[in-house]
Amino acid sequence: MNLRKYLVLGGVTIFAPVGDSLLSFGMKQVGNISLHNIHSLFFAMTNLWVALGIVMLLGFFAAYMTALSWADLTYVLPASSLGYVLLAFIAKFLLHEQVSLTRWLGIALVSAGVGFVTTGPELTRRPPRRQLPGDHPAAEHS
Amino acid sequence: MIRHAISNLNAWLAILAVVLSSSAGDVLLARAMKQIGDLGQLRARRGLFFVALLILRNRYFLLGVGCMAVSFYSLLFGLSWNDVSLIGPAAASLTFVANALAAKMFLHERVDGRRWAAALFVAAGVVLMAL
Repeated sequence: MNLRKYLVLGGVTIFAPVGDSLLSFGMKQVGNISLHNIHSLFFAMTNLWVALGIVMLLGFFAAYMTALSWADLTYVLPASSLGYVLLAFIAKFLLHEQVSLTRWLGIALVSAGVGFVTTGPELTRRPPRRQLPGDHPAAEHS
Repeated sequence: MIRHAISNLNAWLAILAVVLSSSAGDVLLARAMKQIGDLGQLRARRGLFFVALLILRNRYFLLGVGCMAVSFYSLLFGLSWNDVSLIGPAAASLTFVANALAAKMFLHERVDGRRWAAALFVAAGVVLMAL
């Protein structure tokens, strides 16, 4: 792991909860959407906060794809777990949502649990496969 | 009372939809990125345009993005019925557990004791959040 990789994981951590919070704020303005009126989801994207949330989630997506190119999926997801804690703080202090003690405990448990994996290797190392006649390198991972 | 029950039911249905579509999307995207290789190194060697083209032409990537789109609209639907502090962590955490299973089954990642312990902690945390 080097600084560039830590920055990428930081991007995954920060962009996701900020994007989710902006979406939440925007969807509260848009109001409830019923299954009979499902096409309203597309109009919801014209809301400024929903649009900003989408931009943040695009940033998350770019960082996430980069991280997946050099680390296991089961490493990238937990490593970005601090986002849950950040999300709880945003919900409590910026969106003024009611976050109960039990929910705080749940969020803490989630964060502690996923913190386990960050101490391990980020990528599953496989023994090099013997090259067979006619093998194409691009077919290795497919 | 009934409205509250409907709100909760819709929120949990949305969470289920997010978990299934997001896990499928994550596995497909992870497979696509492993096929392509380290994006940072590729960008330094061949440039951003080449990397973007390589990604956009990968069929696993396109399928993964389709699944993520379903996941995104399910999330929006859920957020219109309940708080982000429930929908966000619950969907993300359950997705993590589903991903650990899917990564072992489909990507053949080495999910060791540490990673399974993490999955159990996450599952317990989700139960607490849902109470």
